Amino acid sequence: MSAEIGHFALIVAAVLALGQSVFPMAGAVRRHGALMSLGGTLATGQFVFVSIAFGALTWAFVTSDFSVANVAQNSHSAKPLLYKITGVWGNHEGSMVLWCLILSLFGACVAWFGSNIAPGLRARVIAIQGVIGLAFLAFVLLTSNPFDRVNPMPPDGRGLNPILQDPGLAFHPPLLYLGYVGFSVTFAFAIAALLEGRVDAAWGRWVRPWALAAWSFLTLGIALGSWWAYYELGWGGFWFWDPVENASFMPWLVGTALLHSAIVAEKRDTLKSWSILLAILTFSLSLLGTFLVRSGVLTSVHTFATDPERGLFILAILAVTIGGALVLYAWRAPALKGGGLFRPISREGALIVNNLLITVAALTVLFGTLYPLIVDALGLGKISVGPPYFNATFIPLMAPLILAMGIAPFLPWKRADLAGALDRLKPIVAVTIGAAVVVVFLEDRHSFAAALGIGLAVWAIGASALEVAGRVRLFRAPFGESLRRAAAMPRSAWGMTLAHAAAGVVVAGITASSVWQTEIVRVMEPGDSAELAGYTVAFAGVREVRVGNYLARRGQFTVSEGGAAIATLWPEKRVYLPQRTPTTEAAIRTTWFADLYIVLGDPDEKGGHAVRLYHNPLVPWIWIGAVLMFLGGMVSLTDRRHRVGAPRRPARPAPARPAEA
Amino acid sequence: MRPKRRRLAFLSVGLVLLGVAVALVLTALEDGVTFFYTPSKVAANDVPAGQQFRLGGLVERGTRRNLEDGVSVAFRVTDCIHSLQVVYKGVLPDLFREGQGVVAIGQLEPGGVFRADTILAKHDENYMPKDLADQLKEQGQWHADGGGKPCAEAKS
Repeated sequence: MSAEIGHFALIVAAVLALGQSVFPMAGAVRRHGALMSLGGTLATGQFVFVSIAFGALTWAFVTSDFSVANVAQNSHSAKPLLYKITGVWGNHEGSMVLWCLILSLFGACVAWFGSNIAPGLRARVIAIQGVIGLAFLAFVLLTSNPFDRVNPMPPDGRGLNPILQDPGLAFHPPLLYLGYVGFSVTFAFAIAALLEGRVDAAWGRWVRPWALAAWSFLTLGIALGSWWAYYELGWGGFWFWDPVENASFMPWLVGTALLHSAIVAEKRDTLKSWSILLAILTFSLSLLGTFLVRSGVLTSVHTFATDPERGLFILAILAVTIGGALVLYAWRAPALKGGGLFRPISREGALIVNNLLITVAALTVLFGTLYPLIVDALGLGKISVGPPYFNATFIPLMAPLILAMGIAPFLPWKRADLAGALDRLKPIVAVTIGAAVVVVFLEDRHSFAAALGIGLAVWAIGASALEVAGRVRLFRAPFGESLRRAAAMPRSAWGMTLAHAAAGVVVAGITASSVWQTEIVRVMEPGDSAELAGYTVAFAGVREVRVGNYLARRGQFTVSEGGAAIATLWPEKRVYLPQRTPTTEAAIRTTWFADLYIVLGDPDEKGGHAVRLYHNPLVPWIWIGAVLMFLGGMVSLTDRRHRVGAPRRPARPAPARPAEA
Repeated sequence: MRPKRRRLAFLSVGLVLLGVAVALVLTALEDGVTFFYTPSKVAANDVPAGQQFRLGGLVERGTRRNLEDGVSVAFRVTDCIHSLQVVYKGVLPDLFREGQGVVAIGQLEPGGVFRADTILAKHDENYMPKDLADQLKEQGQWHADGGGKPCAEAKS
């Protein structure tokens, strides 16, 4: 029964979404209060019914109801409960239901928490969320129904792709979708503002929390995916510039730009039409990502469920959304009035430079991702664009961005004194140059890249620390006074500092693990040992074990340092039973400063095993940094400004001007 | 500064940046792009020596062997018309199978052997690289059931 209930609930949700698209919009146009507030009720209703559908699908997976085709194809009775649940979104149909669930959740959230938003704008935002929801519910119902029955019912399911049976990947899609879909709200705000033909500073204040929330979740989702690729794919790499990775990275980049331009829109009442364009582009790139991943036009190491015909439907949604939004933008944006004046050297100027660098970088990534498609379409051959392209275009654009990121918080609004800011940053400049010089002399390989990367990391972390120290007058005022100032600092300022420093942490991790990775590939027989980065890794042998729904050959390696054993590692080669699919499980020992990473390969005739050993310095910092960025976003989100609808206090305790002294 | 001049200033900064980006893209495309070839393309001498490219085909059955050093493997990649000797040092991916599709990234050595730096085999039993499927279709070697698998049995 649950499948029929789920199917029915989806249809009801689609009908409610239709109502949600029409009534609040009509209400906003006619200034009809009751019609406008009907939107909130419908949004809540849509969320409730999509939840029922999602719950029904989950129930079918948990109870292993193999009469449902989707469950039979993607689940198995012998699977652990956790992976029965996460299997719901481990396939195309289920993941699209999850997409709709999160979309309707965001729509409902606008209704629940948007009481400080002007009623007309809120009604339009909810209506646009309804339109997007309707499009995706139609997509699910018409092309990807997860509740189709199969007859006759198979005795057992085909099982979930074992590579997906992993906690990292299990929670990667929900987080990623919270990010992707979260940007639908900022998109809806942009379209609503264009329809109203009016954007004021308040618009920036209302948009920012949604952009922050979506951006934070997207950060975490991307990091989780990259972490999964690192430990599961067994190549010791964390980012492959794969089309699917790029698909999630491009909205993140443009979303980052939006986050910053919305600050200018809010605080200085300028850059408004640019912010609207960024909001449109961010969600467009989210949709493009969905299209690229779901249609299978690009081959990738990550995609699992693809179907060209469904791709066409998403392409239609994509074309209508992007085309419609850009036409509306071209028609209405010129009427938007710019606000506050400022000089090129100012906080506004720095944020514009940030925006230009990020959008240009996103463009180069977009070009690299689509170039193989273009070349193929023109019949010029089959090519793929690999990491060398992305490293050569992306890094030169990111380096000045991180430099600017260190300086910008020291520039006041309207007009600034660049020489004065640099003067205050003198200690950090010295430390940065010192660090870069040390790296050059320490290491002869890749010394320039390493010096640049480590220098930028030190710069970002140092400048953020100095900025906070300046604000709280550390060591220049009594310590109690500094503490009091730190407590009084706006949460959004703390969030910014945390996220900026976190960017430095990520850069350090990426640089060190790319430049100083050491690798050994060799055959080891039981009793052999290998030397790697000061560790001795001894191979004890391989045992066959059976755990749950897989068989494994498990290798035993003892790691010792200076003669003393410090760890035992157990890399595995698994064969998952329902489908007899092999997987490789790397064994990793982390010290938070470096990882020792062991992959067990195939045996040879003489009892030896091919083994891959990696030493990856600072690689955990990549994910630590990403988590810090997420926390920065969350801290900023708790700023009282986002909760209080009242007009801004005219005299703020100098949050925007660190250390006038 | 008047708004108009300010806008002009930022517009020119943006254009300069865009120019820099285009320059970066063009130089990066020189060595960041790898072409996809089948063994037939290689046999027809279409491939410059020493240039990195992606070789796609099926792993010919019965050709896989381990080399002396223990960690290198050799096998032949075929597209049913021609085949090419491939040598790879490292741990093969889980789904590397004889008779199945594979993509190898690397370059041709003077002796006509393809030295691979990376081997890709997808996490799917039925995986056939899209580029390869298209090329096989073009060459009339495509079999809808199992995607040209039978020809991998044949010795070339």
